[in-house]
Parts: sequence; structure tokens; C-alpha cells
Amino acid sequence: MYGNDIPEQPGHARLLDEVAAAERDLTGRGLGGDGTEGGADDYFGAVIAADGKIEPRDEMPEAYRKSLIRQIAQHAHSEIIGMQPEGNWISRAPSLKRKAILLAKVQDEAGHGLYLYAAAETLGVDRADLYEMLLDGRQKYSSIFNYPTLTWADVGAIGWLVDGAAIVNQVPLCRCSYGPYARAMIRVCKEESFHQRQGYEILHVLANGSPEQKAMAQDAIDRWWYPSLAMFGPPDTDSTHSAQSMAWKIKRFSNDELRQKFVDMTVQQAEVLGLSLPDPDLRLGEDGHWAYTQPDYDELFTVIKGDGPCNRQRIEHRRAAWEDGAWVREAATAYAKKREGATV
Amino acid sequence: MTTVDELLALGDDALIAAQRLAEWTTRAPELEEDVALANIALDLLGQARMLLSYAADLERAGLEGAGRDEDALAYLRGEREFRNAQLTELPRGDFADALVRMLFFAAYQRELYAELAAGPDERLAAIAGKASKEVAYHVDHAIMWTLRLGDGTDESHRRAQAAVDRLWPYTFELFEDRPHLREAWLAAVEPVLAEATLDRPEDGRFRPTGGRKGVHTEHMGYLLAEMQSLHRAHPGASW
Repeated sequence: MYGNDIPEQPGHARLLDEVAAAERDLTGRGLGGDGTEGGADDYFGAVIAADGKIEPRDEMPEAYRKSLIRQIAQHAHSEIIGMQPEGNWISRAPSLKRKAILLAKVQDEAGHGLYLYAAAETLGVDRADLYEMLLDGRQKYSSIFNYPTLTWADVGAIGWLVDGAAIVNQVPLCRCSYGPYARAMIRVCKEESFHQRQGYEILHVLANGSPEQKAMAQDAIDRWWYPSLAMFGPPDTDSTHSAQSMAWKIKRFSNDELRQKFVDMTVQQAEVLGLSLPDPDLRLGEDGHWAYTQPDYDELFTVIKGDGPCNRQRIEHRRAAWEDGAWVREAATAYAKKREGATV
Repeated sequence: MTTVDELLALGDDALIAAQRLAEWTTRAPELEEDVALANIALDLLGQARMLLSYAADLERAGLEGAGRDEDALAYLRGEREFRNAQLTELPRGDFADALVRMLFFAAYQRELYAELAAGPDERLAAIAGKASKEVAYHVDHAIMWTLRLGDGTDESHRRAQAAVDRLWPYTFELFEDRPHLREAWLAAVEPVLAEATLDRPEDGRFRPTGGRKGVHTEHMGYLLAEMQSLHRAHPGASW
């Protein structure tokens, strides 16, 4: 589907290997970890301790269930809202091949939203209720999608940086303790890696194109770099959900560990692209990791609280689609009822 | 033998239908439908690319020097050079417009591609053969929704009937080059409308035409302005 004339991306293959390893481990084991037996009360603790998987019918602490619902729903909402900034360029994609790839990518995101809502539903919630919580602001989605896509290069930058950051975040989730979420993530990660690759390709072509194209690519990276770093959340010292999520093995690495991993991978890839990251203080340390400037966390909190450039636009768009579609959903329900009546 | 103009008519129908349908992405009434509509738009776009590439190759064979490719045909022709039927370019409308248009257009494409797949032009037959499988799904999808909307609630019935009445006159143009296909098309569409409790409109005197000669509706210029803007802003660039 993609050209072969684009150089390899340093660090990319290793992440996919980690997804494959998580999948092998998952299929190699039965329910409930290593066959750990125990009473209902300590079953959960035993499974977590043995690195097993909690399944929908298993006993689990209410706080674990709630925390997972929050996280999976937020993830699903991010997929759905994330369709908008890229969808903004489908009608104007500059070649038919790029149009097809972008349309397929946005369609994948809708598909990811579907698997994730389905994973959340195994915890006893309803997709319609989660939707309502998204629309009325009770549940969040990734703040990165509250930034606008101003040029075609932004589609490349979203693929390369935003999907790149998402993969770094999500690969460890393939080993998450909740089985349905781990399985959904394995599927999602495999597709995300194509997404990230297409973003990298878009930027590579632009970086090697006309001066205007190269400037467009650099401008997009300048705007998307720090918001992408902020995707990993607040620094470990300020993260409210991290410690408990780590103990439950929902989360496996801290925000700062993941952010560092992303920076290390991305710096090398930027060099291959011949584009620069907008951080004059990037330095390779003796420990092999790149020192970098932290994103503006005040800005992150402003966006999280609803005052980013596109928060209102994104939610209004989603609400309009949902409300405009109400008569269609009602028609489908009414039709199904008539059929039931007819076959009884 | 197939002419460049015939291929452009086929390819432009698919391209413009894809462009309109893709506008639904992020706007569908439910997530499953976002996936389905994007999928159908992708199928149409794939058909357009094969057909326009064939048109470009054929055109190049009759020329000296470099010819055009699929992108030059899609992005650098003016409105008067597009050969699509007007049905495909009409504005997005509501969900009933989208699905009734899909029913009318996919049922037409099904007959058309079945004929081309058995035709003498091997390259075109191969394209049509592949597209036939896709279009069969489009027809099924459109039928499912036409039934639900037509025989759903009062509001959905009203909207579906309005879409049928609005779009019916535009279906005549589809068959201008191949009038014999309309009978099979009617045999497919009429029972669906009847089962959906929708009235089949009278065949009136308003039968918009001109698309095959590059005479379009006022909506076409805006569609092209949007679709072609970025490509045209960077002459000669690769993407």
C-alpha cells in the first residue's frame, strides 16, 4: 500500500516486537493467570500478583472497575474525537492515493472506537451512557485533539508524532491486567503502527519536496511537538492516577518513563527526516537518553479544562452528528420492532 | 474499443460519489455507520483510481510525450471537463439523501459493471469484475437503510420519501449512454421502494442532464474548488 522508497524509522520495529510478544504471552496462557486458585476475595490479588488476566465475570474491586471504565472510555472517546482533525483534510487530500490512505486511517479510528467501547461494555456500562458523558463533559478525551489541523503537513505530524506517542503509551497496555482491554490494545497497536508510518511518509515526502512543502512540514512539527510530549500526562510528581494504576498493572510505566522513550525514538527519526524538533536544549546524555525541554503543563491543564483552541468545536461537531442522527436511530429501532412483531 | 471519454464518465462518477460520501466521515448517526460509509467511499475511490488511470494510459497512447496521470485528471481538469452524472455531485443532504442516492447509484453501477465485466475490453472487464463485488455490498447496505427509513417512523418515512422524490429525476441521466440498463435497474429498485412503503415517483418531464458533456449543477464548482485547492496551490509538487 505504501511506497518502499521511504527510509526505515529507528526504533519503530522494536515497538511492534513488543506488541507481538504481548500477544504470544496472552495466547499462551489460560484464564486467571497461571491457574492460580483461591477464594473470591483474594482471587483478584492473586491474579494480579501472578501477572494473569482479569476477565469480565471475575470478581474485581469496584475502584478497579471504575478506573478501567474511565480509562477505556477516555481512550474510546479519543479515537472518535481524533477522527475530526484528520477528517478535516479528507476532502482536500492532495493526491488520490493520499486521500485513500487518510480515509482508511480515519475509518480505522472509528473501528478502534468500536472495539474500545465494546471492551468498556464488558465492565457493565452502556456505550450510549459513555457517549452522553463525553458530550456533557463528564468524561474526557485526549487533549491533543483540541489543536487545529491547519495544513496538510499537520496530517503527517499527527501520524508521526501523535500516533507515535499513542503507540508508546499503548504498547504496554497490551499487557494490561484486564483481558478485554489488553486484547483490544493488541489489535489497535498493530493498526496504529501503519498510521504512524503513513504520517512519517507524508513528512518525508514534504521534507524532500519544494521549499514551500519543506517549510510546511517544519511548521507542523514546530506546532505539534510540545502538545505531543504533553500527551503522556503530567510529570510523575503530579500524576493523580498513576500509582494505583501501576499497582493494578493497568499501567506499567510512569508518564515520564514513557515520555522519555518517545523522545529517544523521535529524535533519531527526525534526523532521518531532515527536520528539526523545536527544542534547542535537546542533548544526548551519558545514560543514552536525550535530555529535553518539558512541555508547558499550564497549557495542558488549560486545554484539559476545556479552553484549548478546538475543545468547543470538537464537542459541538460530535453533538451535532449525534443529534442530527437521532431520527435515523429512532427509525432503525422502530423498524426492528415492527419486524419482531411480524415474525412473532 | 473503449474511449477516453467513456472511461472518464465511469471514473468521474465514482470519484465524485466518493468525494460526497466521504463528507459523512465523523457525521454519521452511529459509529458503525461511520465505518460503513467510509468503507463504501473507499471502494468508490478505488474504482475511480483504476478507471482514471486507465483513461490516462489510453490518452497517453494517443499522444506524443508525457500524458496525464490519475491525479492530473482528478485535480487539474476544470469543471467543464468532468463527465460525471449530476446525481453524484448533488450536495450531501441528510442521511436519507445519502442512502437513497446510494441505492439509486449502486443499483445502476451493479448493472453497468455486470455488463462491462462480460465485455470485450479486458482491462475494463477486470476493473468491473472487482468493482461488482464491492457494489453488491453497497446495494445491500442501501436497501437495508431504505427499508428502515421508509418503514421506520413518520419522520424517517417523510424524509426518505422526500429524498426519493428529489433524486428520482436525476436517475434518467445515468442511463443516457446505456438505456437498456434502466429496465433491470427499475426491477431492482421498485420492489425496494414498495417494501419500504415509499411511492415510486412518476417519470416526469424534469430530467436534468448535461453531466456527460461537462455541464453540471451549481454545486459542482464548490466540490471541485475544495477537492483541488491544495493540489493546485503547489504546481508540479509530489505528495
